[in-house]
Parts: sequence; C-alpha cells; structure tokens
Amino acid sequence: MTTAITEMPKAGYGAALIRGLKSFALLRESWVGMVGAFLVLFWVLVALFAPLLAPFDPNSSIQPFAKPGVEALKTGGTFWLGTDHIGRDIMSRIIWGSRTVLIYAPLATLSAYTVGILMGLAAGYRGGWVDDVLSRVADIILSFPVLVLYIIIIATIGASGMNIIIAITFASSPGIMRIVRGLVLDLRNRDYVAAAQTRGESDWRVMLIEILPNARGPLIVDACLRLGYVIITIGVLGFLGLGLPPPDPDWGGMVNETRQMAMAFPHMTLFPCIAISSLILGFNLLADGLREISLRD
Amino acid sequence: MVTLIAKRFGFMIFTMIVVSLILFLLLETELTGDPAARVLGQFSNEEQRELWREQHGYNQPVIIRYVKWLGNFATGNLGESIRFKGPVADVMLPRLWNTAVLGFWTFAIMIPLSLTLGVLSGMKEGSKLDRSISVFGILTTSIPEFASAVIFSALFVFTLKWLPGTSSMSGGFEFKQLILPAMVLIVYDFGYVARMTRASMAEVMTSQYVRTAILKGLPYRSVIVKHALRNALIAPFTVIMLQINWLLSGVIVVEFFFAYKGFGALILEASLNNDIALLEACAMVAVCVAVTTQTLADIGYTFLNPRIRFS
Repeated sequence: MTTAITEMPKAGYGAALIRGLKSFALLRESWVGMVGAFLVLFWVLVALFAPLLAPFDPNSSIQPFAKPGVEALKTGGTFWLGTDHIGRDIMSRIIWGSRTVLIYAPLATLSAYTVGILMGLAAGYRGGWVDDVLSRVADIILSFPVLVLYIIIIATIGASGMNIIIAITFASSPGIMRIVRGLVLDLRNRDYVAAAQTRGESDWRVMLIEILPNARGPLIVDACLRLGYVIITIGVLGFLGLGLPPPDPDWGGMVNETRQMAMAFPHMTLFPCIAISSLILGFNLLADGLREISLRD
Repeated sequence: MVTLIAKRFGFMIFTMIVVSLILFLLLETELTGDPAARVLGQFSNEEQRELWREQHGYNQPVIIRYVKWLGNFATGNLGESIRFKGPVADVMLPRLWNTAVLGFWTFAIMIPLSLTLGVLSGMKEGSKLDRSISVFGILTTSIPEFASAVIFSALFVFTLKWLPGTSSMSGGFEFKQLILPAMVLIVYDFGYVARMTRASMAEVMTSQYVRTAILKGLPYRSVIVKHALRNALIAPFTVIMLQINWLLSGVIVVEFFFAYKGFGALILEASLNNDIALLEACAMVAVCVAVTTQTLADIGYTFLNPRIRFS
C-alpha cells in the first residue's frame, strides 16, 4: 500500500488531490491528529453556520455586564457566555468572530505561501545569483523580531484586513522560501526532472509541475503549523489594538476591549481566549498527526 | 574558522545597514504617507506641516537625510521622544534594563526545564512519557501569550488571590510582580525548545556510537550523561540563542498586558503615539540584539561542533 503510493506514476494535480485525501483518511491512525482535525472542523462549521448558530446580533448592545447564563430581559433568550461592557452577547461575537479568523488566516497563509513558494522555487532551481540575492533578502527579513516588524508595518500603513495580509506575507514568506529552497535543492537532481528538461519543458513548468507536487509532504505539515501561527499573529495584533477596525468581532480585539474589566468580569476575556486557543491547538495537533503519519510511510 | 567569523560579522554589519535603510524608508519618507502629517496629526493644516518639514530638515534630498540620520545614530544622538519629552536614550535605557531582568528570569527557568523535558522524551522515542511531554508541549504553545496571561490572571489573581495582577513596579522592584509575566513567557516557549532538544536527543540515541556504548555493557546512565548528552545539546544551543529574538516579540504582549515598564511596552507605545524617533531607536536596538545573538549562535555552533571546527 505504502510503496504503491510512492511509486505510483506521477500525474497532475487531480491525482495529487486524491492522494492527499487518502493521507487524510490515514489520520484515523493518529488520535492526536484526529482530535486536531475535529477541533478545526468544529470551528469551520461554526463559521459556516454563524447566522444560524448565533443567538443575538454580534454588534448590537442589548444588556451590559450580564454574567454567563443570565436571561435577556428585553428580547428574551439567554446570554450563555454573558455580555461585554457595551452589552453585546459574547457567544454571538465569538461565533461571528470565527468567520473573521477563518477568512483572514487562510488568506494570509495562502498569500505568504504563494510568494514563498515562487521565491523558493526560483532560488533552489536557478541557484547562482538569484539564490544569493533571495537568500540574503530572506535572512535580513528574518533577522527582525517578528512582532516588531508587524508593529512597524501596521503603524506605518495602518490597520486593516488587507494590510494585515500584506504584513503577514512580508514577514513569513522568507521562512517558507527557505523550506521550499531546501526541498528543491534535494529534488532538482532527480531523474524525472532531467527527463522533463530533456523533453524541452520550460523552467517554470518543470518547477511547478515536476518539482512542487513532490515537495508537498513537508509543506502541508508546515502550512498547518503556520496557519496556527498566523491565527496567533492576528489575535495578538487585535489584542495590541493594531488589528481589524471595530466593531466587527475579532477574538484578539475582544480581549483588548475588555481586559481592563477582566478582574471584575473575567468571562469577557476568558471565553475569546479559549476560542482562539482551541482553534490554534486544532491546527497544531493536526500538523503533529500528519507528520507522524508521513514519518510512518 | 577565522574567515567564517569574519564573514558572519561582515554580514551582521550589512544586515544592520540594510535594516536601517528599511526603517528610514518606512518611517521617514513619503513612501508610506506624509511624515509631517503622522507627527502633527491628521488635523494639522498644510502650513503647519510645511513649517515642521522646514524645521526638521525634511525638505532636503532623501540621500542626504539618510546619511545624516545614520550619522546621528552611529554617534549616539538618537533624537528626542515626543511622547516622553526627553532624549530617547534616557527613556530607553531603564526600559531595556527592566526587560533584561524579565528575560533573565524567564531564561533561567525555561532553559533547564525545556532541556530536561526534551532529553527525557528523546531518550526513549515513542514511549508514553515522550508522547505525553510532546502533547503537553503542543498544548502550551497553542495558547497565545495574551490568552495565557488572561487565564493565569483569572486563576492566580482573581480566584486564588496569590499574585498581583499588574507588574508596574510602582512601589519599587518587587519580585512577586515578575512571576506572572515570566510564567506566561515560559509556558508559551518551553514547548518549542523541548521539542528541538527531543529531536536532537532522539537522533543521537539512534547513532552507531551510542549503540556501541550500550552493547559493550556500559551503564545506561553513563551512556546518556557521558556520551549522548554532549552531542545532543549542540543543536539546542542554537535554538536557545535564537529564542532571544522571539523573546523580543513576546515581551511586547506580556509587558503590555501586565503594564510592566519594559522595552516591549515602549516599542508599542512609541508606535501607537507616532513617536518616530523613539520607534526608530527601539527597532534598531531590537534588530541589533537579534542579529548579534544570531551571529553568536552561528559562531558558537561551529565552535561547539568539532566536525565543523576541525574541517
């Protein structure tokens, strides 16, 4: 079975997708990976069905400083997780906030991966001065303490969803580039690459069709870890007041708005923190499970 | 060896110059918006902005401004902080000291802890102990610093009332106030260092020479302590040095949360208040610390690893 997978004739991305799904089915063998997949799936479903699940409107102020489990006086219904200082239902804000996170984090990761993969392919495959220049640039960006870099970028270009994606792409594509470059250096001397070159295929075709699909294993694991990390970054930026502009709910921002009241009303900060940690935990456990399985093959 | 050190130092200087150029372009030029508008606020009129530009020499060509700016920096003239109304150096130095104190205690506890856990789990790869340590490490690294700060505060300050909730040290230095910030930093980071140590230890444990030592009947203890550990701890050395770079990010969140008067909180205050001179100086110091530790890590690694040292 395992040898069949590795020795299967290399086809296009369709077959790669099927094999990818098959390895996800293998997750059953790792309980850590299963727990991770379950957590991620849970939040994805919450985000998808947010309008059905949220008991209240996330941005309307209903009844300030309600403790968890208190009945809503005017509208009816229960504030299962309480309300914040302006009277917005925390559970509804957490549910809607999962959309914010699950839209921006994958977009930012995808954008960072696109840039990182293109740079890494070019550096690893072309070598020479292209590699030198790209590697130096990556070294310099990576020498910044990450959060300092984010703060400087956001402080100068302003806080918005688009700018957060730009900042994350800028700060994390060099790390991705290094991984891809390392993988390409290993793969570019394989026979099938030589065969494609002899067929006269263009450089980019060789890089994207021949090399990239064969480098996917470590990249998928890294992408899961990085997604978790990007969620932390978005949360931290929100917590520092540099995240998405209010009033739309964002988990880090919810903690920032209510942290002054955390001593008297811990529920306001505690629940968003549990939400963000569980989602990050999901991605990290999933990555660990996938790595465990890939090592076993 | 000597050429390697020279090369690393050359690259270190080069990096700092490039970083200074990036900072200058981002914060001092029109590339990201009018600096005069940023300093004077959006309600200032064009006349005030022009006057400010004239006074602060912003009407000169960019190259001249950069060279002057870099010259000022190199000679220690860091400018005036708008937020704190005083020379940047006077504002920054006590803050740096406070963060150094916090960083010292964080590392003093985190390094022995993560090395021990890493070695224990790497000794017997796949054992129950190994799996539990690694899952525990994943759990703690999944909680962002601000979230663990909230959770610890709820537990130790709100419920148990053991520790103070802020660390502003307003009544002089108090060790009690240092515990929560250090704890948050340790909990977030020890998992990563432990994981790296584990990988290194596990690799050494499968090597031929450790197998030989076990097969020739040496006590397990002395195989671990005398043979395996020496090689297994080379890679974590680099990882630990690189954690200083990470610590500079971590302290921003922790110091902001606990109102600790440190360097991280200062960077954030500078950027939120558009205190450009202060932000530039802080960012340069942060990058200098990061690049210097990276260089030392590289040199230290080659020095510790005899295979590279003697080749």
